[in-house]
Amino acid sequence: MSGLFDLVVSVARVAVMLAFTLSLVPIFVWAERKGAAYIQDRRGPNRARILGLTLGGLFHPLADALKLLFKEDFIPDGAHRLFYQMAPMFALAPALMTFAVIPFGPPVEIAGRVVALQVADLNVGILYIFAISGMSVYGVILAGWASNSKYPLLGGLRASAQMISYEVALGLSIIGLVMVFRSVRLSEIVASQGTLLWGIVPKWGVFVQPLGFLLFLVAVFAEANRTPFDLPEGESEIVAGFHTEYGSFKFSIFFMAEYIHMVVGAALIATLFFGGWQVPYLADSGFLLPGGLALGLPGALVFFLRIGAFVGKVFFFAWLFIWVRWTIPRFRYDQVMRLGWKVLLPLSLANIFVTGLVLLLIDGGA
Amino acid sequence: MANLVSSIQFADPYFSVLLLLIIAVGMSVGFVFLSQALGPRKYDRIKYSVYECGVDPFTSASVRVSVKFYLVALLFLLFDLETAFLYPWAVLFRDLGLFGFIEMTIFVGILLVGLVYAWKKGALDWQ
Amino acid sequence: MEPILFIVFGAIAVGGAIMVVTRRHPMSSALFLILTLFAVAALFVLRQAHFLAAIQVIVYAGAVVVLFIFVIMLINVPENKLPLERLTGFRFLGIMVAGLFILEAALVARRFATPGTPTADSGSVEAVGRALFTDYLLAFEVTSVLLLAAVIGAIALAKKRI
Repeated sequence: MSGLFDLVVSVARVAVMLAFTLSLVPIFVWAERKGAAYIQDRRGPNRARILGLTLGGLFHPLADALKLLFKEDFIPDGAHRLFYQMAPMFALAPALMTFAVIPFGPPVEIAGRVVALQVADLNVGILYIFAISGMSVYGVILAGWASNSKYPLLGGLRASAQMISYEVALGLSIIGLVMVFRSVRLSEIVASQGTLLWGIVPKWGVFVQPLGFLLFLVAVFAEANRTPFDLPEGESEIVAGFHTEYGSFKFSIFFMAEYIHMVVGAALIATLFFGGWQVPYLADSGFLLPGGLALGLPGALVFFLRIGAFVGKVFFFAWLFIWVRWTIPRFRYDQVMRLGWKVLLPLSLANIFVTGLVLLLIDGGA
Repeated sequence: MANLVSSIQFADPYFSVLLLLIIAVGMSVGFVFLSQALGPRKYDRIKYSVYECGVDPFTSASVRVSVKFYLVALLFLLFDLETAFLYPWAVLFRDLGLFGFIEMTIFVGILLVGLVYAWKKGALDWQ
Repeated sequence: MEPILFIVFGAIAVGGAIMVVTRRHPMSSALFLILTLFAVAALFVLRQAHFLAAIQVIVYAGAVVVLFIFVIMLINVPENKLPLERLTGFRFLGIMVAGLFILEAALVARRFATPGTPTADSGSVEAVGRALFTDYLLAFEVTSVLLLAAVIGAIALAKKRI
């Protein structure tokens, strides 16, 4: 009986997580186009309509997906056919899996059992994300190589070298955070961020690890291949990079994977550095402000406030990705590699060193 | 069979990971096949040739890649391993105290020699 | 259930490994290697070695195979010029030795190994770290020297071209 309950919970959590990430893809595709349009003083998509409704162009991603689904699915002559087909799979599968360890709400009690609102509360936590997202580099390499064409090859090589370079910085930038919160389990990291620092500031990752946050932010942008690090598809030099030879729905699979990476990146920033589902000063019983003021709230409202806080943070940081894309120009490739190896890497090592010294001082004094 | 099903530990988070793995791989494979099943297909030599801005390709794509990418991959491997060692250390840092701090400083210091060497030899420069 | 999963992932690992050495195209070999390494990581999970499983995927499936693939692209032999590998005397000898080794491993396993049930947290990040930074400290520090040697070796080999 309890086995059945666990199975239902497990399936439901996977379903909710996939529905959340997959439904955000068209929303952010739309937000990207509409946001770009407003930043460039245009109107953006506003034509596709269902029953006379346009909803500000929200149907465009849907129409695009349908159109691409019925386009000719071709494999260029001279491509390595099997590898060419496998590349989109390698791009999408890891993207779908990375969200699994991110908690999207506080644990809830259902039928007398405590259920964690995350697909899998793994004891390796962050390492799982690195392990799975590390696989997406094969999608890029394979796509570039299997097309047997020079622009994809160059794009794939550039992209993969860039991704592995920034993976190092990404991994090192949150060591300091792990040192402070003493765990790699994301549920524990979020729980630790619910406390206050000196009684006033929420103990969010961004306040205890400001440099770590900046390094992580830059590395996440580079990992997701977003501007200013979108060299892999620098259209001014190499057409469209690794997916030049891809058309039809296979192209949109790469596109989907990119947006899922963006959503996961936003969720990770929110979870590690901005308290995840925590709302500042909000305890289980209601608001407890530092001055001693208290405002009691019913449990259900607190629960929804917290889930809303998580979703809101994800939306904000995903919007940040879009905002930056239409504001900052693209780097040159040598600049990207120099930034990764000669700036981010030494800085993240220095961050670990300084964090260690400070923690030693705190622990020694206490 | 009933025995077998009841022996699965559904509460184990790794069961959810396995479930998700199956769904994710299934979806990825399914999308690629869907794309193949739904689209039309009409062969045309020009259409199926490699993209070269509208003209015939004038060099082959089987170029040899710069050895620099190999060096980057090797440096990546090195620092990935270092990161892998740093995580358990970071979790335990406050228990290990000064002793752990010195241990890791030596470890990272030795690896930094490698980075400095690569830096000085120009393995990190791209033109 | 656990024995069944163990057999499934074990079979995937062994099958993948056989494909790695028998495929003609090196890219196929590399992809099968990823499959094998993943299956081994799953075996680690089944034995509660969670941290080891994560490291297996990050370092081996994520970094070592990338290095292999870069080498494959670096050399980039056209498909029609790939060497056809035949079953020579040496290879036959290799298979024989491999068979003997498997036999030996099986005998050793039967004789000495007692498959106890590992506790849930014996392979956690904390537990592995505790062992690594106390009992196996010297091995840990020596690892860094080994890695340093690898970097200097690779740069020395490629030096003429950068």
